[in-house]
Amino acid sequence: MRITIRQQDYDKMLAHALKERPNEACGLIAGVDREDGVREIRFVYLLTNTDASNEHFTLDPREQLEAVKDMRANGWKPLGNWHSHPESPSRPSEEDKRLAYDSKASYLILSLMEEGNPVLHSFHVENGISEAEELEIAREEE
Amino acid sequence: MKITVAGESKEVRDGITIAELIEAEQVETPEYVTVSVNEEFADRESFETRQLNEGDTVEFLYFMGGGRA
Repeated sequence: MRITIRQQDYDKMLAHALKERPNEACGLIAGVDREDGVREIRFVYLLTNTDASNEHFTLDPREQLEAVKDMRANGWKPLGNWHSHPESPSRPSEEDKRLAYDSKASYLILSLMEEGNPVLHSFHVENGISEAEELEIAREEE
Repeated sequence: MKITVAGESKEVRDGITIAELIEAEQVETPEYVTVSVNEEFADRESFETRQLNEGDTVEFLYFMGGGRA
């Protein structure tokens, strides 16, 4: 699976994750699955981590519902979620894999472990096994 | 009767329960799905007994979370 995110959406996600430190930040991604097989993120939603923790995250279900309605109104589909790892690498933890219930989703993890060098990767998770997806941060065309 | 499920209008039998709708819609891992009816979250304990009404709007939301452990 190849997945793209626009630079401006990446910047928005990163700014939110930095603001939420030391806690994990989280949200949803929405967009389209193109006919050429590329998963294109068109919008990043910033949601509340109801755990307010640096080790766990849970998306606020009320905000999740509002986001899903907004996606539908814009003609996008839910593509998955994202969360930050303030102090650990950009890879799914055992708990991340255990709680990844939607095998059709992409799970983006933004690591802030190394100051000044954020790392974003996307994963497919199925039956507790994670596999990295090819993620591209696309600059906006002039 | 007609209800709206995940934004799509569907014809279902009168008196269908949330649990029956989850089965009919072949929702994956239903034990981790939250259900809202007309934007109110339904108690899991009510899934087997709560009947839906004509015109109801139903959404299925996956629990989404994780952790470092």
